[in-house]
Amino acid sequence: MTSLNRVKHVVLVLSGKGGVGKSSVTTQLALSLATRGYSVGVLDIDLTGPNIPRMFGVESASVLSAPGGWIPVPVDGGRTLAESGGSIRCMSLGFLLRDRGDSVVWRGPKKTAMVRQFLTDVLWGEMDYLLVDTPPGTSDEHISLAEQLRSLTIVDGAVIVTTPQAVATADVRKEVNFCKKVGIDILGVVENMSGFVCPHCSECTNVFSSGGGKVLAEQYNIDFFGAVPIDPSFVMMIEDNNANAGSEEANESLLDKYQKNALCPIFREIAGKVVAKTSPFGE
Amino acid sequence: MVIFEPPPEISLRDPPAVAPELVAPEPEHCPGPESQNAGKSDACAGCPNQAICAAAPKGPDPDLPLITARLSSIRHKLLVLSGKGGVGKSTFSTMLAHAFAATSPDTQVGIMDIDICGPSIPKMLGAENESIHVSASGWSPVYVADNLCLMSIQFMLPSADDAIIWRGAKKNGMIKRFLKDVEWGDLDWLVVDTPPGTSDEHLSVNTYMRESGVSGAVVVTTPQEVALLDVRKEIDFCRKAGIRVLGLVENMSGFVCPNCKGESQIFRATTGGGEALAKEVGVEFLGKVPLDPRIGMACDYGESFFDAYPDSPACAALMEVVGKVRRLVGDDEDNV
Repeated sequence: MTSLNRVKHVVLVLSGKGGVGKSSVTTQLALSLATRGYSVGVLDIDLTGPNIPRMFGVESASVLSAPGGWIPVPVDGGRTLAESGGSIRCMSLGFLLRDRGDSVVWRGPKKTAMVRQFLTDVLWGEMDYLLVDTPPGTSDEHISLAEQLRSLTIVDGAVIVTTPQAVATADVRKEVNFCKKVGIDILGVVENMSGFVCPHCSECTNVFSSGGGKVLAEQYNIDFFGAVPIDPSFVMMIEDNNANAGSEEANESLLDKYQKNALCPIFREIAGKVVAKTSPFGE
Repeated sequence: MVIFEPPPEISLRDPPAVAPELVAPEPEHCPGPESQNAGKSDACAGCPNQAICAAAPKGPDPDLPLITARLSSIRHKLLVLSGKGGVGKSTFSTMLAHAFAATSPDTQVGIMDIDICGPSIPKMLGAENESIHVSASGWSPVYVADNLCLMSIQFMLPSADDAIIWRGAKKNGMIKRFLKDVEWGDLDWLVVDTPPGTSDEHLSVNTYMRESGVSGAVVVTTPQEVALLDVRKEIDFCRKAGIRVLGLVENMSGFVCPNCKGESQIFRATTGGGEALAKEVGVEFLGKVPLDPRIGMACDYGESFFDAYPDSPACAALMEVVGKVRRLVGDDEDNV
């Protein structure tokens, strides 16, 4: 595939369960990898519920066509981080919709064709990491992704996202078995929404139980990448970034804003583990 | 030059037709093996299925009258939908079913779980290890109480953790069997729990059930804009498909710390939450259900949250939503 031949690593973000934070984890992983100086691409193959444009504050952007394919949308207006040189570009079906409330009502074959096109017709160019954000489940999008990527050696594997409660880990177990069946390596498990620290009394409540991700990792002998608490300040950061998009206050880049977020140190560590697993001998 | 084309509109109101058995995956611009143009369109040239599609009988699916007959003994059929995953569709479906079943021992309730790749209802009802009985007249649903039964693909798996790696066509076939072959019997309520999105499962359940009449859909959301974004799409889907939206429920709305009773907005409604969305798209707002960690615990252990914590604020909020749903489908007489 020519569109991916200058991409060094492909990492999938998967979960059998919806709403566990696949897109949040993808976003934060991208921000953390960019902070480390990598050029990062984010491909959103959630076709009926694309969230990546909003996550990066680029909902109003449109995709440009060039000879040979589509040009991905740069985050933060294409600015690279002054100190590290990292950058983020993304691609999503969300950029194609006439109205943000429009539904995409597609059956399997059409979804399969779109996923294939996203993997062959996007001009990613030179890139260190391509993160692929997926919809929940083990169906058309996932099968197509596995088929398209099967022959590529740059696919390092998947980061599995779960929340701690048993109802979620039951579905995530299915995703782990899917990876085994189709031959996708699992890099590690991230337990998201693991506890909430009350801003009033600092007591930590396990809103969605706790420890489920760790148990899952142990059961399948997969690395546990860490537990991420619920932190409304991350959603607030995303929402503020969207509200101020295009205004004077948009001077501060999303990457800079994230450096001040409480979740940043946790994802710095998770990104470090992803890097260690994907480039064991260093860059 | 590759042109980025917007998604085409597809017809949602045509009667379902039969899909022939294919020998290869559908090509990219496949008109649909059940469509009038099957085997004849430009995309069909060179497709290994061409002869099969061209020869297949056209016209409405002969199974449709069978499905309609099977469902004719069900009074109210509700869909629980959301464009977003993990907002509490299955939890809400379970709660609805428990609340309906609690009205009287004579009220018969069924839940059909059409989330084929991530079925959660059996766990939430504590029926994970059950299996389905097959007889000459069909598949018997699993009963968890005298008046509460359910059907899910989970019951057919050799091992609980097995993944169901199916493309759309196969999922559609299973949903059809759930409607055609399951002996639901005389039900007052059938609650259909769906996966997130607007794809095969949603299209299929709508086309197969339209004839027998769906009472309406309850759409579930959480307060933050990232969720509302997807839920807007689901309501747009309902409009296009002609499904009546009974209303919108906002789940995980606010969290009361069990230690200090201080309230926090975990999934902050920066754009007005479910209530503003309901107003924007012109559907009824059914209420806000607070985030209570005990709901998740009850689901993990397969217990009824209503029975375990009848005095909790979440329980009161849910009961109000259930009451509104009842009124909207015209089921007031059951309360007398």
